[in-house]
Amino acid sequence: MLERNRKLFPYILILPAALVMLGVVFYPFVYNIVLSFSNMSLRNFREWQVIGFDQYIRVFFEPTEPSFYVVFIKTMIWTVVNVTFHVIIGVMLAMMLNRQIKGKSIFRTLLILPWAIPQYIVALTWRGMYNYEYGAINLILTQYLNLPAVEWLRSPTEAFIAVIITNIWLGFPFMMVIALGGLQSISNEFYEAADIDGASAWQKFKNITVPLLKPVMIPAVTLGIIWTFNNINVIWLVTNGGEPADQTHILVSYVYRAAFGLYRYGYAAALSMVIFFILLIFSLTFMKRSQATKSAY
Amino acid sequence: MANNAKIKKRIADGVAYLILIIFTIIAIYPILQVLSISLRPGDRLLTTSLAIIPEDATLAAYKELFSGRPFLLWMRNSILVSFVVTATGVALAAMAGYAFSRFRFKGRNIGLLSVLVTQMFPATMLLLPMYIMLVKLGLINTFLGVIIIYSSTALPFCIWMMKGYYDTISPSLEEAARIDGCTQFAAFYKVVLPLAAPALVIVALFSFMTSWAEYIVAAQVLQDTHLWTLPVGLQTFQANMSTEWGLYAAASLIVSIPVVILFLVLSKFLVSGLTLGSVKG
Repeated sequence: MLERNRKLFPYILILPAALVMLGVVFYPFVYNIVLSFSNMSLRNFREWQVIGFDQYIRVFFEPTEPSFYVVFIKTMIWTVVNVTFHVIIGVMLAMMLNRQIKGKSIFRTLLILPWAIPQYIVALTWRGMYNYEYGAINLILTQYLNLPAVEWLRSPTEAFIAVIITNIWLGFPFMMVIALGGLQSISNEFYEAADIDGASAWQKFKNITVPLLKPVMIPAVTLGIIWTFNNINVIWLVTNGGEPADQTHILVSYVYRAAFGLYRYGYAAALSMVIFFILLIFSLTFMKRSQATKSAY
Repeated sequence: MANNAKIKKRIADGVAYLILIIFTIIAIYPILQVLSISLRPGDRLLTTSLAIIPEDATLAAYKELFSGRPFLLWMRNSILVSFVVTATGVALAAMAGYAFSRFRFKGRNIGLLSVLVTQMFPATMLLLPMYIMLVKLGLINTFLGVIIIYSSTALPFCIWMMKGYYDTISPSLEEAARIDGCTQFAAFYKVVLPLAAPALVIVALFSFMTSWAEYIVAAQVLQDTHLWTLPVGLQTFQANMSTEWGLYAAASLIVSIPVVILFLVLSKFLVSGLTLGSVKG
């Protein structure tokens, strides 16, 4: 009796969460797979049928504007540029904060602020700051730096740069805080020993800081990549849904538009599956390479 | 020699200060902008002045927000939705995470792996099938609809975090409690759960912020003005920039301040939880 209870106990604990996950994650996931093989759209919402791989073929070969490949490349640029800047700025600031200087905790608190503010507010605020005539960015450029004003939100390249700047602003505090935690756990003895050997600052950074910080940063970078790749809030709200003319989409906002702007449900479902596999393969390779989850489960 | 080293350190400190000050200005400038806009009088919203505290600063936008707009209603809606999502997320994750951490049972590996894989779902992937499900179930335009969708984002992450934290608590404590005659559930509830308080706080904060600041889903599911949550309501102010920018700015500050304070207080826990969750698994 007791033995049987012991075996049942974990299942009882998991049951409520499992039921919810089944309903809100697995069922929709399977449903999405079915949809991706169907011709469902707003027009045939009730009489849809399974039609095979047509939607997947459309994803790769339909001459849409912008095409899947262009959006894919933009997503890669978006992810790589953002995460690179997050890590560089984050680690640099963490190293400054790790020194014995006055006012450290005030700097630390103020520098975390971009992470603490709700993302949609960040995005909408920056959108206001990019306004051509009255936005703060152009005012600073023209009044203080004597540079010409930039049409931030009206041309595709500038708009894409504008969104990336916004997202860099928003993401560096996370990396900074993680890196600071990592730096604080590095024993000072390493640096003292290096000083005795007459090592330069760069040598100390390269041979002590980088290798010891790496294990802390790799899981954070993995998370950062997934979050950035998936971040629809910033791109959607800053560009007001892909303006100008759908030229500023990344894959997730592109799907959102196909589903809720164009009502192409089957197509959007197929596109979602493609993105999911891209992300899955990418994350698994990255984690395997970096051995981040060696003991994950 | 010693003098030389001192000068070097001084210069390095100076550079550190300079970099910190520049980035701090970059970090807080947009926030000051919002503050500035919220204080501008209605006829001077569009200005080319860069002064932070405008001339003729006024609280008119704040007054209008509370008396002339359904801002309090949106806030009530947001609080209601966030509270339900947080309560379910924390309760379910606290139990499931414990099972994953302490027991080796059939289906454990698959369960954990599927929790991890859901983190790689594109943000929009579950949204479409769920939206169609909600339409068919007649749950569009209801709070239940958004609550269901939000729990699908929050729950997997919460389970993962809780498991990571329980792993750091020694099982010898429960064994001692069991020897003293506690039931399995009492050992979990009375011994382990209080020790896991920091993780519970992080998980609660995460679930709360997920729903408090969510725009994309809410914009699709909640269509009636009286059901709107704060993000949807605020977006309409911003969209109409010329006339309601002041309202947007005032509302943003009011919405952000509580979460920012909460976040700053808890950020230490949050980070240790995040790194534990992903490194230790």
